Order: sequence, then structure tokens, then C-alpha cells
Amino acid sequence: MSVSTNPSARGRKAVAPARRVRRLSRRDKLVLGLMVGIPTLIQLVLVWIPTLMSVGLSFTRWNGLELTDIKPAGAENYQFIAQDYPPFWPAMQHNVLWLAFLAFVATPLGLLLAVLLDQNIRGTRIYQSIFFAPVMLSLALIGIIWQLFYNRDSGLLNFVLGTAGTPQAVDWFGDSSVNIWAALFAATWRHAGYVMILYLAGLKGVDPTLREAAQIDGANSVQTFFQVIFPAMRPVNVIIIVITVIESLRAFDIVYVINRGTNGLELISALVIQNLVGEGQVIGIGSALAVILLVISLIPITFYLSRAFGKDKEA
Amino acid sequence: MTMHEDALLRASSQGGWDRRTLLKTFGAGAVAMAGIPLLTGCTGGSAPASSGANTATFGSGSSDEVPKAAYKAVTDAFEKKSGIKITTNVVAHNDFQNKINTYLQGSPDDAFTWFAGYRMQYYAGKGLLAPIDDVWEKVGGNFSDALKKASTGADGKMYLIPNYNYPWGFFYRKSLWTEKGYTVPTTFDELKTLATKMKGDGLIPIEFADKDGWPAMGTFDYLNMRLNGYQFHMDLTAHKESWDQKKVSDVFDTWKALLPFQNPNSLGMTWQDSAKSLADKKSGMYLLGSFLTQQYTDKAIADDIDFFPFPEIAVEGRDSIEAPIDGLLLSKKGGQNQAAKDFLAYVGTPEGQDVYASVDSSNIATAKGADTSKFTPLNKKLADAISGAKNISQFFDRDALPAMANNVMIPALQTFIKDGTVDVKNLEAQAKSLYAAQ
Repeated sequence: MSVSTNPSARGRKAVAPARRVRRLSRRDKLVLGLMVGIPTLIQLVLVWIPTLMSVGLSFTRWNGLELTDIKPAGAENYQFIAQDYPPFWPAMQHNVLWLAFLAFVATPLGLLLAVLLDQNIRGTRIYQSIFFAPVMLSLALIGIIWQLFYNRDSGLLNFVLGTAGTPQAVDWFGDSSVNIWAALFAATWRHAGYVMILYLAGLKGVDPTLREAAQIDGANSVQTFFQVIFPAMRPVNVIIIVITVIESLRAFDIVYVINRGTNGLELISALVIQNLVGEGQVIGIGSALAVILLVISLIPITFYLSRAFGKDKEA
Repeated sequence: MTMHEDALLRASSQGGWDRRTLLKTFGAGAVAMAGIPLLTGCTGGSAPASSGANTATFGSGSSDEVPKAAYKAVTDAFEKKSGIKITTNVVAHNDFQNKINTYLQGSPDDAFTWFAGYRMQYYAGKGLLAPIDDVWEKVGGNFSDALKKASTGADGKMYLIPNYNYPWGFFYRKSLWTEKGYTVPTTFDELKTLATKMKGDGLIPIEFADKDGWPAMGTFDYLNMRLNGYQFHMDLTAHKESWDQKKVSDVFDTWKALLPFQNPNSLGMTWQDSAKSLADKKSGMYLLGSFLTQQYTDKAIADDIDFFPFPEIAVEGRDSIEAPIDGLLLSKKGGQNQAAKDFLAYVGTPEGQDVYASVDSSNIATAKGADTSKFTPLNKKLADAISGAKNISQFFDRDALPAMANNVMIPALQTFIKDGTVDVKNLEAQAKSLYAAQ
């Protein structure tokens, strides 16, 4: 975003950088070219070329062996997914449920934790670390932790409910009407900690005089928060919205450690993995699923980018 | 697999940074995987073969401690005997299986570990394996007809040297059965009567676990083979028969009569959980592969385990047994290396299989004349069940297209276990699409 494209605004500012650009020596240009070129190249090779290849492959049938085995298939893969692939629509529903749950439960919970821990209570750093820890844990560890909670016969949860070892024991992982909620709870456990850290940083960034001014004007603490502090954290709010959407779209690890995303835990990301990686590889269908996920993801990405760049212009 | 998982792990441990991570993770990471075979496809061809007369390379997916040591013992014994040097490359077995496509197209080892069934025939049909009819001429006499059938490609040539196999069937605790006076059922009606009796005694009659999805395929295979015959099983898994027909619906209808006797919590359990339940005498019997016995480290329990084959239902009595065979194949490149062929021939002798079994005794050697003197009574029973069988099937996920097994059958069987319904029309629609993509 070069400022010179926007000469009407603040002409005084625009002039100085424009003059500096003209003074670049050949060597500067070379250095700048490398600095921009290398990341662009990496981005191109690692992101855009594979993405485009994936879009291309989604319209083909291919067994992954010889290049000559690639056969055009038109939109057949997409038709297959929509009509004949039973896990697809449950996966879409679960992704929507995931989004709703993160947006209305996990994110507000993270905000609440942030506000509470921002009060300079004793041991606030310890609490912060505890709530943030899940974000840092590895997939394998998360699997073990939740196994300890949810196991039907020996899990903590059924033990606390007093049903462990009886026929009434809830099968938290195996019962397909329950396991999505078990997985969502585990996801909340991670997501809330993450949102908390971001909001804590946001709260620290709010000018304390705002709070004082609100108090002098007679606002109570609830009013102060919702009408003064929360709106003042607008940049953080935008990031949180985007992160929540993205997290719900790429939700994967928790269902994968539970049962690889089958039996009530279908998610689009898990279906992509199942169809692209390993022995059950069906490249055409897997690519089509990846493209569907990509298209859905583009919505929040576009939203975020337009917000981010839109703000640049305003400044 | 690992590469992609790493990418995901990295992304998720950062907790969802931004659009770039997202793109890398799904837009690209997944797709990059699709690109890998493409890249290796380009480099294609074979690296200069190490076919100096006295060396051969051997790729092994047997990465677990015991089988790894067992193959080491085999190669050592072979080196000593023949003076041929074998270089072994061990790869973690999940990786080995997941990357077999790229492996065979890149620069594979001369010989490598693999399975019988469709998963062998498929690569043979693609010209990625070397036929070993000349090796079979030497050692073919060591194997039964059923093993020979399982080692043959679709073109009628031989591709596999069987090393060991492990049968599927019902396992139970002798002491429990004696105490309650149960007898081994030989027909399906007897099985149902026995199961009803066990239920009355407060047991789970048939132990069952299907959280991982694949164990239920064993029940499906046996019901299918006992109702429609071995050839139908082979044709169905190769998709020469349609799924949308009465024969297939009959399998599920018959299964429905068995469902009330199987562990109702199977969808939340792994086979290890079920093994424990059988050991604790909470359940009467368990239909699984003989690898089940590896779970019983307590000798008192291990000695108390017995076996009976799946009872007969409609056709072919109990002629067919499900006993996945593991063995060695030659890659296309390895076909030119006489040393590698000699190695395979050695593995196909009772002598070579004895060396393997002396380290890994949990499986049943396939060659006739292999030493059975160290067999436990149970192992002997298992070996007899295999050698007495007219047909050996390889388990659904080895006889069928892997995508059919993993992506279609697992969800379909889990739904069936849950609701007792199955949509055979949809199974056929999915099969059609997946097999056409090969």
C-alpha cells in the first residue's frame, strides 16, 4: 500500500516518501527486490502453485501414479461429494455448529477470563499461564488428557457422575449424539485461552484515561466496559472474529485424536485429510473437498483483508 | 502423512494465526501432498540398480521391535548362508503403507514387505512389481494351494512370497466355557442359541469394538463368505459385483440378528479395550485376528485362550478362512537382481521361516515343514485352521480398494452398528466412483 496512490489525502505526508523513492540507488533497488522477491517466491511455491494445482486436480480423476493417468472428470467430483458422499453434509453441519459454539460460548468465555484477570488480582500470571497452557499442548498430549476425562469405564467424568462401570455410563466418545459436544468442550478449553491472551493484550492497550473519564461521568463498571472499553478495542475485536471463524473452519486435531473424524465427528478438514493422505487417497475428491473448504475460508479472509486495508486508507 | 500432520500441528500450536497459516494448512498443505507423487513421478525411472551380483536392498515396513528383530535375524542368516549382502531400510509401518505409491515410483528397494490381495494385484497391474514365477518354481512346493492363489496377480503370474499369516476367528476363555458348560457352535443357529444363553448368564455374548472402524469388517467378511461364498467376496471387493443387490442386503439382514449380541458400546471401544473385557470374563467370545493374543502378557490368561472358526451359514461350510498374509515382493527394479530373488526364495523355505518365527512367534509361518514343535496348543490349532482351509481371504481392507475400505466402509459399518440400517444403493454409487478413479 504505497501512500502515493492516494494523493488527495494529507498531501503534505504524501510528498516526502515520493521524493525518497526517486532517490533509491541501483543497489537499494536490488536489495529491495530481493527482500520482496524471495518471500513472494516462497509464497508462490508453497501456497499459490499448490492451491491452483489443487483446484485443477479437483476436476480430474487420478490414482496418484502416472501423470498420464490423470483423466478429466468435469464437475463429477463435486457432484459426488454433494450427492453420494454421506459424511459431507454432516461435516458441513458440524462445522457450522463448531462456529456457533466457538462464537457464542468459547469466545465470550475467553473475554470474561481476560476481564477478570485484568483486575490485577493476586497470582494473575499463574492463572493466565494455566488458561493459556492448552493452546501450547501437542496433539498427542491433548488426546491423552481427554481420554482420561471421557473414557467410558475409567474416565474421570463418568466416575464423578457415579456411572462408571454401569450400563448407564455415558459413552462420551462412542455415542454419536454426545461426542460432538464432548469435542466442542475440548475445543473451548483451547480456544478460550487463546482469546483470553489476545484480549488481555487488548485491554492493556486501552488508554486508562478513558476508564477514568467514564467513571467521572458516573458510569458503573458494566457500562464502562461495554460502552467505552469494548468499542475501544475494535482492532482486537476484528482479529478475534476472524480467528474464531478460521478456527471453526480448520477444526481438526481434537476430532482426529478421538476417532479420526468418523461416527458423529465428521468435519470438512478431517474429510480432506482422509481423502488426500494415506491409503484411502482419492486425489480428485480430496482436492474438491479442499477447494470447497478454501472457498468457504475466503469469506472471512476477504472480510479481514478489506478491514485491514480499509483502515490503512483511513489513517 | 507425517509431513502434513506436522504442518497441522505447527499451525494449531500457534493457535490459528492468520490467513497465511490457514492457506498453508488447508489450501496448500493438503494439496502439496497431492503434488508429491507428481514430483517424484517426474524423476521417475529407477535409480541405478544395485544389481551387482552380491548385494540386494530390502525395504521393511515391519518397524515394531519384535518383527524388526525377526527380519534382522532372517537377513543375517541369509547373508551367512549365501554370501549375499542385504541392506535393510526400515520405515515406520504407517508411513511405509501410506507412502507406498511414491515409494514404488521413486527408487524402491529390490525386495520389500507387503500383503497379499488386491493391494498387491493393484500394483502388479500397474507394472510396478516384478513377477517371480522362477522363484515359485523353486519353492512353490512349500505352499498350499490357497496360499498360491493368494500370491497370484490378476495376470496369473506370481508376485508374493508368503512369510506368515494370522487367522481371524472366535477367541474365548476355556475356563469360563467349562464353568458354564458352553460348547463350540458349528452352525449359525448354534451360535445364536449360545449367544442367547450367554446373555441370560449376564455376559456380553460377542465382544466387539469398532471405534477405529476396521474391526467390523471382519464380521462383514465372514458373514459374506458364509452366505455368498469366497468367490463372491473376491468379486465384490474387486467391484466385479454390484453392492446394490440382494446378496449384499442379505449379509446385513443376517448381521442384524447378531447385533443384539455384540457389545452395544463398540463404537467407543478399541480392540484393546475389548481384549481386556474378554480377559475379565465379562464377555463370552470375541471375533478378531489372532494378534489378539499379543495383549495377554499374563501367561495364565494366555494359556486359557482358545479358538474356533466362524460357524457355517449357507454355503461352503467352513472352507474359507480370513487370514491376512504378509510376505515379500520384488519391485520392478528388483526383478533384475538375482540376489534379491535368492533372498525371496530363502524366505520361502521352512528354514528361512523358522528363523523368523524363532524371534516373532505371534504369527503362523506359511511354509510346509516349518518347525511346529515350539507351537503352543493354540498356535497349532490356528495353523491347522489355516492349512485346512480351501480359500484364504485377506480381510476387507486388503482385498478391496483402500479408499473403498477407509472412506466408504468404515462410515457405512459404523452407521449400521448404530442404526441397523445401510444404504446399499449409496454404497454402489460410491464404489462406482472410487473404482473408476483408479
